[in-house]
Amino acid sequence: MPVHEKVIFEYSRPGRGAIDQWPHETPASALADLPAKLRRARPPELPEVGELETVRHYTRLSQLNFSIDTHFYPLGSCTMKYNPKGCNQYAMLPEFLARHPLAPESQGQGFLACLYELQEMLKAVSGMEGVALSPMAGAQGEFAGVAMIRAYHRARGDLKRNEIIVPEAAHGTNPATATMCGCQVREIPVTSSGDIDIEALKGAVGPQTAGIMLTNPSTLGVFERRIAEVARIVHEAGGLLYYDGANLNAILGMARPGDMGFDVIHMNLHKTFSTPHGGGGPGAGAVGVGTRLLPFLPIPVVGRDGERYRWLTEADLPQSIGRLSAFMGNAGVLLRAYIYMRLLGREGMRQVGEYATLNANYLAKRLQDAGFDAAYPQRRASHEFIVTLKRQARGLNVTAMDFAKRLLDYGFHAPTTYFPLLVPECLLIEPTETETRDTLDAFVTAMSHIQKEAEQEPGRMTSAPHTMPVRRLDDVRAARQLDLIWKRTAQP
Amino acid sequence: MAFIPHTEADVAAMLAAIGVSRIEDLFDEIPPELRARSLSGVPAALNEMEIGRLMSERARADGIALSFLGAGAYEHHIPAAVWAITTRGEFYSAYTPYQAEASQGTLQLIYEFQTMIAGLTGMEVANASMYDGASATAEAALMAVRLNRKSKSARILVPMTLHPHYRRVAVATTYNQGLKFEELPYDTHEGVVAAAALAPYDAEDITALIIPQPNFFGCLEDVDALTDWAHARGILVIAVVNPTALALLKPPREWGARGADIAVGEGQPLGVPLSSGGPYFGFMTTRMEHVRQMPGRIVGRTLDAAGKQGFTLTLQAREQHIRRAKATSNICTNQGLAVTAATIYLSLLGPQGLTRTAAAAHARTRELTAALTRVAGVRLAFPGPCFHEAVLQLDRPVAPILRALASHGILGGLDLGAYHPELGNALLVCATETKTSADIDRYRSALSETLQSVRAA
Amino acid sequence: MSNLPADLKYTKSHEWVRTLPDSTVEIGITDHAQHELGDLVFVEVPDAGRVVKADEPCAVVESVKAASDVYAPIAGEITAGNPKLAAEPEIVNADPYGEGWLMRLKPAPGALTAAALLSAAQYQQVLDAEAH
Repeated sequence: MPVHEKVIFEYSRPGRGAIDQWPHETPASALADLPAKLRRARPPELPEVGELETVRHYTRLSQLNFSIDTHFYPLGSCTMKYNPKGCNQYAMLPEFLARHPLAPESQGQGFLACLYELQEMLKAVSGMEGVALSPMAGAQGEFAGVAMIRAYHRARGDLKRNEIIVPEAAHGTNPATATMCGCQVREIPVTSSGDIDIEALKGAVGPQTAGIMLTNPSTLGVFERRIAEVARIVHEAGGLLYYDGANLNAILGMARPGDMGFDVIHMNLHKTFSTPHGGGGPGAGAVGVGTRLLPFLPIPVVGRDGERYRWLTEADLPQSIGRLSAFMGNAGVLLRAYIYMRLLGREGMRQVGEYATLNANYLAKRLQDAGFDAAYPQRRASHEFIVTLKRQARGLNVTAMDFAKRLLDYGFHAPTTYFPLLVPECLLIEPTETETRDTLDAFVTAMSHIQKEAEQEPGRMTSAPHTMPVRRLDDVRAARQLDLIWKRTAQP
Repeated sequence: MAFIPHTEADVAAMLAAIGVSRIEDLFDEIPPELRARSLSGVPAALNEMEIGRLMSERARADGIALSFLGAGAYEHHIPAAVWAITTRGEFYSAYTPYQAEASQGTLQLIYEFQTMIAGLTGMEVANASMYDGASATAEAALMAVRLNRKSKSARILVPMTLHPHYRRVAVATTYNQGLKFEELPYDTHEGVVAAAALAPYDAEDITALIIPQPNFFGCLEDVDALTDWAHARGILVIAVVNPTALALLKPPREWGARGADIAVGEGQPLGVPLSSGGPYFGFMTTRMEHVRQMPGRIVGRTLDAAGKQGFTLTLQAREQHIRRAKATSNICTNQGLAVTAATIYLSLLGPQGLTRTAAAAHARTRELTAALTRVAGVRLAFPGPCFHEAVLQLDRPVAPILRALASHGILGGLDLGAYHPELGNALLVCATETKTSADIDRYRSALSETLQSVRAA
Repeated sequence: MSNLPADLKYTKSHEWVRTLPDSTVEIGITDHAQHELGDLVFVEVPDAGRVVKADEPCAVVESVKAASDVYAPIAGEITAGNPKLAAEPEIVNADPYGEGWLMRLKPAPGALTAAALLSAAQYQQVLDAEAH
């Protein structure tokens, strides 16, 4: 690992710059028409560094990161599978990069064909009737989905339906989305076997129910076995079913949300369809709908008239919930997802579901054999599973956080920790289908070593990590003494 | 081809370890009637060579035209280093930096980005990005409603000179939370908000005023007067700004006597290619006292257990994964990779390079409008100062002219007919530092020829 | 075993209530609550003059891992928010029942007697039940 990097501003020297990258200077007279009172008095505070300095600085920063390209990254619910280089290369062909979003459709038929076919493939794998690609992340897809549910009820004149049901184990975006859509949230419990509490659900539905938001397999890593019954109960009460597609990787090619009774879904293209996580984004949250919600899809959607592709807008979809993106969403991400789906083909979709599930079940079994406690040992793992460290926390005073930090020293990115909130001291582990058996075995070995260390030398764990560019960071200080932008005289 | 590395021997050993005989058995919890049959809607797999060929054919069919389109997405020179580094696997395939010790690269980069973008807008804090300029504007409106305790109305004034898509996104995003957007008319001769437009709201309970700079037409608004008018009435000011323009124009923090309260905009001009509309990124900046109401991720600098400097996500308690139903927003994923590109771009350009880029764009647009208005039947719509785009009015319908130009390989601009019919045959044109005098002359010549042949017909 | 002064009243949502000599009440969060939250990084208290209903969220306590609402135990008018907490939220952790008070309130007529506040022993039962 490289030595600690200074902040770029600390390399700044007046007059330095990547001069070859700048346009030629414009005479001041060409700016004379800009009124003085609107002009900037001082140049903006940006670093003054040369090109090599910049390249070196950011290259060295990149080397401080764990990434899929460098490390096993079993983050539950994030689906950290290999991001194929081919997807990036062909999405970044110069013509695709150069195309302006408002360029005429006649000069974008190639691009539009890719997007149209992506819509069709997503319909096929999800079992839905219509797909819109513009939501720019899973959360925005969720927003679109709940907004469509509300629009549907409103269009029917049913104005009292403003409550969204979520299981208590739901991802935080679900209740946050419900609030953004002006809905109340009602949480229902999950049983000890990991299924939704059907009796609680029956008590929760009524004329105020707009819908329910579910993930399947759930955030607990297990399949919602009574999903058909859940669908019936909610539909009979007049509500709709929303599918959070975060865990689609588990059932890709094996089962389809549309067949389970879901009325609207979002898919995380940056999870299931392997577009890059990019250090936090960009993603794409394509939404799929059944017939009932087709009129409400967010625009624009790609349509086809014979052999010509075109954008469908407000004129074509007058009941649309509207536009969620200035243009058409994260187009470059959509192209990468398209290429990935073409590389998979129909056989590959199935293989994803199969091998993601095989890897998860294998890893779950080996970890249990090594003495770790699964949260739902009697259930099949989906593409992910939960290990709980509450026994270690009580008996040895080491937490899931300590395990996670120590795993970094062993060269593994930690699994998701403390989600779902329902299971104490949990690790949510998702290997994905692109990892070898050897990698999974190495992870088990590392966990076993850490367990032994927890028993014999817990201090080493609670002070982990030891070999990373930084030791454990002081979160409390970060929140109390806010240092959010670099200032010339500031000291940390 | 699903990038699955398992051999038959691997599978056999794994199944044995689990205690099942087939992979199929692992799906026994899924009711059989839900099991998918075939995926006939998905074509058979292609290998990389085959998909590469298909994509190349489609790209070639689309081609690259000489473009004078702006309207919210701008063509600028992007140094090769920007995407060479951004697509490094360590940035490209890294996740959100939740495990800070394993993500110091991403975290430090975001901290540097926050510093640069706050510096451009003159504000004290920035977040790590929103989806795009339009959604950032929507979130700013929601933030203003939370912040402005004195106003109960949730009425937001939006000039008609704001990008029309931005207004639509703001409405679609906030519709269910009771925000009301009211349009401020503009002066159709000046291309900016009419001073008289504010008068009806002098004594009204208004929560926030959105001020675009430059506006959708490229014109420059009287930001000081608008800001002071708002603040005198307890109305919060949301600035929607172009980041390249901020190298030359006064930052929102210096608008009026007190400065704007929130400044947002589209970051695409900073090293992100046009790529058919995305992925771009929205930036959001504000004053320190409002930081807890700002949605999105924020990176802070702190110390590690050995007293060494390090970076981490902070103020997470506001976000969806902790605050859930009471979060400031539902945003989780942001536009990290685009932000990476922008940070490297800004480092390469620095203050001088960005200023030169802005100046060159301004000069080129003036050169363009001068050249095009020499063609008979073409006039400048608005007399006042504008930045890197301008509205032209033609003496005949715009759409057929644009089609004719397109057949010459020129994208002449945006037909404003659908958005602003009150301007007649209006065309929004843009030229940045990427256009040469020869390019401009080619446009002028093609336009002249087109108009002549249309007249002759 | 967390600290539980016997002379205070409590709520199920982990607030404590102290009656002051001038008949206003002082409100804060319990030792259990501050321990669960961890080191506080931010506290938001209501402005004086604000009128609140019983169970209305009127303050926020924020740690690194959680941001929790604090609910008004009884209806009334806020007379003061603790001004020290903006700069030093950690006072709540250090002295939750003393210097770490969050707000003072003048109860609405009859509100104090009508309120279903818990005794220390009853609150301890709530904590014991939660531990299971």
